[in-house]
Amino acid sequence: MNVRELVPAVIGVLVRRGADFASAEDAVQEALIKALQADEPPRDPMAWLIAAAWRKFLDAARAESSRRGRELAVETEPPAGPVSSADDSLWLYFLCAHPSLSPGSAVALTLRAVGGLTTRQIAAAYLVPEATMAQRISRAKRQLAGLPLDRPGDPATVLRVLYLVFNEGYGGDVDLAAEAIRLTRQLARATGEPEVAGLLALMLLHHARRASRLGPGGRLVPLAEQDRSRWDTALIAEGVAILQAALARDRLGEYQAQAAIAALHADAQSAEETDWVQIVEWYGELLTLTGSPVVRLNRAVAVGEADGPRAGLKELAEVDPGLPRYAAVRAHLLERAGDREQAAELYAEAARAATSVPEREHLTRQAARMRTPDRPAGAADRTQEECPG
Amino acid sequence: MAKYLLLKHYRGAPAPVNDVPMDRWTPDEVTAHVQYMQDFIRRAEATGEFVESQALLPQGTFVRSDGAGPPVTDGPFAETKDLIAGWIVIDVETYERALELAADLSAAPGAGGKPIHEWLELRPFMAEMPTVTE
Repeated sequence: MNVRELVPAVIGVLVRRGADFASAEDAVQEALIKALQADEPPRDPMAWLIAAAWRKFLDAARAESSRRGRELAVETEPPAGPVSSADDSLWLYFLCAHPSLSPGSAVALTLRAVGGLTTRQIAAAYLVPEATMAQRISRAKRQLAGLPLDRPGDPATVLRVLYLVFNEGYGGDVDLAAEAIRLTRQLARATGEPEVAGLLALMLLHHARRASRLGPGGRLVPLAEQDRSRWDTALIAEGVAILQAALARDRLGEYQAQAAIAALHADAQSAEETDWVQIVEWYGELLTLTGSPVVRLNRAVAVGEADGPRAGLKELAEVDPGLPRYAAVRAHLLERAGDREQAAELYAEAARAATSVPEREHLTRQAARMRTPDRPAGAADRTQEECPG
Repeated sequence: MAKYLLLKHYRGAPAPVNDVPMDRWTPDEVTAHVQYMQDFIRRAEATGEFVESQALLPQGTFVRSDGAGPPVTDGPFAETKDLIAGWIVIDVETYERALELAADLSAAPGAGGKPIHEWLELRPFMAEMPTVTE
């Protein structure tokens, strides 16, 4: 077992011994860094980490108390903390995703206290200086300090945090997508909520396609052109099984609906075999659940595939043109309808508004393709992933 | 070592030799261009001279305070004179080496597979104050 996986449990032990969350979390982080720097791993990492963290906590508390010139109460007989060992990690999930925290703070705190990553690793993953990330985390903990934390939180906030971590992608030496899956899996084991299972299934189904999403030089490969033989069939099977069990409980939510769409894509042996009619239905469910304009936009793409580009364009007329990717979707539908001239204009417009380099390059290439004569139209590029983001 | 900023402009730089907008290239030409940029960075990493690289969206707004009230904004402007597209920071031994790398980057291929010969702006960083001053 990786040492960092012990972090939530050790924080729980310190809190039960009477440490406050913020100090306990700091002490465990320091002990973790020491453990990672050691030449040889400790023989009983759990006992070692508890002892080292408790020592760090006492040192810090002693320094604090002598600074304030008062007696140290915790050293003698600490009062019992608010949690039992069984729900250590569950309690931490809710605490770190507390609605009073901004999404960025909640993500950072979750990765450190629940994920057991070091501040340096989190900073590297989000491309900010380590000192900045350290401040973000301690501010978040200060914000939590005054709050009553005895009640269970809203699972939706926890899921949103995990979804954000997953979507941050694959940069840095820490694989945030894999970390999000690990944390969601752990949460699914602890709760049995169908939406947690839905999110886990969604992550697994997307992760299964990871190897085929980017081509040489980081080039974006649209879903329709991906080499499906490179999809991870074991992950797909696991995702589908988890999703089916969740759907059987008949408490549909947005993550289950998104996972259902991802499962239909994963199920198709080729892009042509995709069951777009069912995908349109799931987008309908998702629209009822969320009312999200982004879902409406993605639904227009699906309608374009199920009933033809003219029907898709008709759907698109109901969508706010100010949405990101609106131009790219319209360009794609126009291309399929045979209007290459206008499609080129819109692809170029979409490229100018793209918010990532691979997307911009992809859309520029699409515009160029529309304007390049004498090219077979066989490789019908798709601009659209199915995830409503 | 000295740090330099290589600035790439959407607008505002003198016109390049091979002046065709990117969405009028062929898809293969776009791919070749992107590959060249990535290779440039990989080479500068291998020589220990690469620091960082960022790309910017074209949208920009001017902002200033107005005393007590909410921030005052101006823009975004559709046609500003000067529009930065992104940058690469390098850390090199000499000014000549910085020029050499900038020229190398400027030769990225464009339309027709021919080098763009784009104008890049080279700006030296302010240095750390030296510990030994005399």
